[in-house]
Amino acid sequence: MLNPQLNKHGELQHLLTTEGLPRAIVNQILDTASSFVGVSDREVKKVPLMRGKSVFNLFFENSTRTRTTFEIASKRLSADVINLNIQASSASKGESLLDTIDNLSAMHADMFVVRHASSGAPYLIAKHLHDTRQNHVHVVNAGDGRHAHPTQGLLDMYTIRHYKHDFTKLRVAIVGDILHSRVARSDIHALTTLGVPEIRAIGPHTLLPGGLEQLGVRTFTNMDEGLKDVDVIIMLRLQSERMSGALLPSAQEYFKSYGLTQERLALAAPDAIVMHPGPMNRGVEIESAVADGPQAVILSQVTFGIAVRMAVMSILAGNQG
Amino acid sequence: MSQSNPNTLDAEALYAALLEQVRAGIAGAHEPAIVGIHSGGAWIAERLARDLDLTQRLGVLDVSFYRDDYAKKGLPAEVKPTNIGFDVSGATIVLVDDVLYTGRTTRAAINELFDYGRPARIMLAALVDRGERQLPVAADFVAAHTRMGEGEALRLQQAETGQFKLTIERDHA
Repeated sequence: MLNPQLNKHGELQHLLTTEGLPRAIVNQILDTASSFVGVSDREVKKVPLMRGKSVFNLFFENSTRTRTTFEIASKRLSADVINLNIQASSASKGESLLDTIDNLSAMHADMFVVRHASSGAPYLIAKHLHDTRQNHVHVVNAGDGRHAHPTQGLLDMYTIRHYKHDFTKLRVAIVGDILHSRVARSDIHALTTLGVPEIRAIGPHTLLPGGLEQLGVRTFTNMDEGLKDVDVIIMLRLQSERMSGALLPSAQEYFKSYGLTQERLALAAPDAIVMHPGPMNRGVEIESAVADGPQAVILSQVTFGIAVRMAVMSILAGNQG
Repeated sequence: MSQSNPNTLDAEALYAALLEQVRAGIAGAHEPAIVGIHSGGAWIAERLARDLDLTQRLGVLDVSFYRDDYAKKGLPAEVKPTNIGFDVSGATIVLVDDVLYTGRTTRAAINELFDYGRPARIMLAALVDRGERQLPVAADFVAAHTRMGEGEALRLQQAETGQFKLTIERDHA
């Protein structure tokens, strides 16, 4: 099947999902990112790669944090960044998504970074660019609905590789609201591609989607059982709106069953790392003592996230149609 | 200058000659340092740093993020990290490449170095200068001058023993 993310040379044309992303490309992104990590420590925190390129951040759904990291990454690549607060602009006046894209393309956009509440919106844009022969324009999915958040998945892989080196011997547990989490999906696909032998999903029945077993994921509703001997723990943010949706009793009840405490962390491997895509709800899914503890690598994820996004954008911008 | 036959270049003898040139050239220099351009230049730089007792003042550059052919070719599949472990500001830097050719790599390397600080001076050392410059770049230290046929590339290789060898390859680029 044709992979819409790849061009006719098999190179990355858009980054839409980690699902089906060839291992060689995942490794290329991670290797390139490691060369970008040092750029942020220099006197001049910039490289001239994307000088003269225009990156449009199209956030149809709010996200200060992700938008900022893409903005920093673009600027460190010397690209011009244009942030569009779509909710306050054309879309609210009734303009269609693809009309918005055509208008911005007419302003000579080179890349769209897209966050959208609807799963598949970045695909729609990529397909439209292809159909209108605008193959010099690239799309990065910055999170679409419940579907995918590939740069978060890739920065998680970078973080795991940084601390654990070898994927092929790891037990990785993803904990929390798997059902609504595009991060969980992107992580599961990337971990599978990189050869992780054991992926576990831990959460209450109401937040574990069907079909996880088909992806090779072991599911646990008992957190203590699920954490036993794992090397990596990926905590997910519990979105407060899930409480009102009757999927969960209360934040306190959730913390009692699925909050990561020091006692629970002790069930994992002694050198296990604790990850979280942020923003964290302390006292809901994670205890402060763990979040600030020696096994947490949450702030490293943020730092590596810039380098990974720089790698993705510079690889994309260098690949032509 | 006398031109050498590219088929008879002895990389080890050239290295010995380059070492003596660099040794004399940086005598009395202010805060000398050695920076090699990945990959052949980095091997030479490592050896120079050892032989000149400058291992604390050694850096490695991968100029992929500064190349002028990115828009045409994109990023190479493999980019090595740049690692400059000393303060560039005020340093006398010997920039090392294996083969000096168009001068474009040198341009990229100088640009990258300046993003680490303001060196007092940058000097250029190359094992072989094959001419055909496309930019106004000249080396301070060169062990041999040669000419290559069109589509030919001169590649430095390093054996596990650390020994250098130059080979001629058909250029795929």
